Amino acid sequence: MYGAGMAKGLLVTMKNFVKPDRMFTVQYPDRKVSPTELAKMSGVGVFTFMRKNPKTAFKAMTGQMTVPARLKQHPRFRGEEFTWYEQRCTGCASCAKYCPLGIIRIVTSPSGEQVQEGQKYHLDVFDIDIGRCMFCGLCVEACPYDALHMGSGFEEGKYRRKDLVVTVDRLKSQPKHPSTWFRPQIQGKEGYHPHGEKDVTWQEAGRHEQPSRKHQEEKWAKR
Amino acid sequence: MEGQAVKAGFDFLGIYGFFDGLMPESLDWLAFLVAGFILAFAIINALVVSTAVYTWFERRALGKFQSRLGPNRWGPFGLLQPIADVVKFMSKEDTVPDGADRQVFTLAPIVFVATGFLVFALIPLGSNDWLSRLNIGLVFIIAVTSVNTLAIFMAGWSSRNKYAMFGAMRGVAMLISYEVPMALAIAAVALASQSLSTYTVVTNQEVPFMLVMPLAFFIFVAAASAEMSRTPFDLIESESELGSGYHTEYSGMKFALFQLAEFMAPIIVSCIVATLFLSGWRGWGPIPGQVWFILKALVVLCALLWFRATWPRLRVDQIMEFAWKGLFPLSLLNLFAVATEIQLLRDPVTGALTDSDMWAMAAINWAITGIVFLAVSRMFARKQLQRPLPKPSPLANMGAEAE
Repeated sequence: MYGAGMAKGLLVTMKNFVKPDRMFTVQYPDRKVSPTELAKMSGVGVFTFMRKNPKTAFKAMTGQMTVPARLKQHPRFRGEEFTWYEQRCTGCASCAKYCPLGIIRIVTSPSGEQVQEGQKYHLDVFDIDIGRCMFCGLCVEACPYDALHMGSGFEEGKYRRKDLVVTVDRLKSQPKHPSTWFRPQIQGKEGYHPHGEKDVTWQEAGRHEQPSRKHQEEKWAKR
Repeated sequence: MEGQAVKAGFDFLGIYGFFDGLMPESLDWLAFLVAGFILAFAIINALVVSTAVYTWFERRALGKFQSRLGPNRWGPFGLLQPIADVVKFMSKEDTVPDGADRQVFTLAPIVFVATGFLVFALIPLGSNDWLSRLNIGLVFIIAVTSVNTLAIFMAGWSSRNKYAMFGAMRGVAMLISYEVPMALAIAAVALASQSLSTYTVVTNQEVPFMLVMPLAFFIFVAAASAEMSRTPFDLIESESELGSGYHTEYSGMKFALFQLAEFMAPIIVSCIVATLFLSGWRGWGPIPGQVWFILKALVVLCALLWFRATWPRLRVDQIMEFAWKGLFPLSLLNLFAVATEIQLLRDPVTGALTDSDMWAMAAINWAITGIVFLAVSRMFARKQLQRPLPKPSPLANMGAEAE
């Protein structure tokens, strides 16, 4: 019958209205919580929660309480920051050489450490100018010692251009949440979460698997 | 919602009597003036506040209908959103484009809003709550609601903008077309209630006219939702084609006035529908009439909102076709049917219609409506089947022929 399609459309929107779980809005950076939800989070009943902390319950009732909310993030997601392990870095400056934009600046001096196992230099300057970076990840691919990783954070908005230059001190001090992009050894590791509270230490981050002699022969000699 | 300021017995005569008692005999006109101002102030404020609440409600419900959240950042459930909106509107710069007709440009939003307020003066909220018991109320409603066509044209013409002009011209064409079926549907109501006053329409409405003449109800709701230019019929301000139509050049409080009028329109339309077709404040049980009225208006409001959330915008030619080929003949048929039934059924001496007459009319009209709907749907469906199949382009199979 002509016009039945209009009624069908009305039914679809009514279904959306009745079923709240069809909502696809994702809230960021925080979302409002109701007292019921707060009580569920703290593991007590609603009335117990309201009696114990009436101030929070009132705030939640008037829509003032928020909890942080964010999208679920894949561990291989490349953020807009870098994670760097100074224990691994020898100061070879491969990253600076491979950077197509030339935005990594490295100044090193002899450190006298680990002279037997190959040279290790002391890093005086290690600046990455994120303002001009295109996040191609070539520096990470180039790093022979798995010291540089892509990070998984992305909230890097700044007010001044000079704040966008990431210095050694910042690389050393910031929390280490490496992305598993090009570092498959972290992927699938027990308990690894890109936004977990725990840092990933340099031992945990691990080395990539060295190709075996057999593998190399198969790959290169067979041609 | 609408009745908060107008409590039971809070009518013009009561206030006038109060001030008349305070003042000497020679100052009657002043008491009259003060009483009128007080009541107008109360009604306008109640209407503006309810519109503000309605903007929140509409955006929230639209969100739910379209499976997203509505405004939710300000206050509990986003309830303070209207206040944030007003603050933003007030702090915006008030711009007038170069070469615009300044006076007309300023006047247009005021005219647009004023018509809405004027209509609300005629809505009886309860058996005792009315601002004006005008004896030509229905004619007044038709006349005043067509003034907003003028306001839209003023806005579009004065802002010297091609898109605003397009929107205004489309609007004028559409609104004038939909005036006709709307007026004819109201004429059927006037016939059946034997009165032109909104107050008497309700008192004579023992059986809701929605049941007595469903065709008129359908025509009125369709035409009225076109008159307020909301989503199935919003080609006046179709955002994807015309910027935003006639109010492209408006900003600040002038734009806020347009928004106010636009969001006030559904409230007014639902009040008119409740008065004309759902027997106004009449109800059963101990619940007061005002509550009945507001409940009925709310139901209509929600239904209009549901339609708005669901149906997409029609094209210009489709809208005109719907008005002139669909609603106009239907409204003529409805008027003819109602007039004939009244001529046959009414008391030959007094001309009065009893309840049983009304129910008989209802039965006949429902039958007519069913037949008409089936016939129209078959007609349209056949038209759709007869549409020629698209011919493939001669360029499409050039390679295949060669092989």
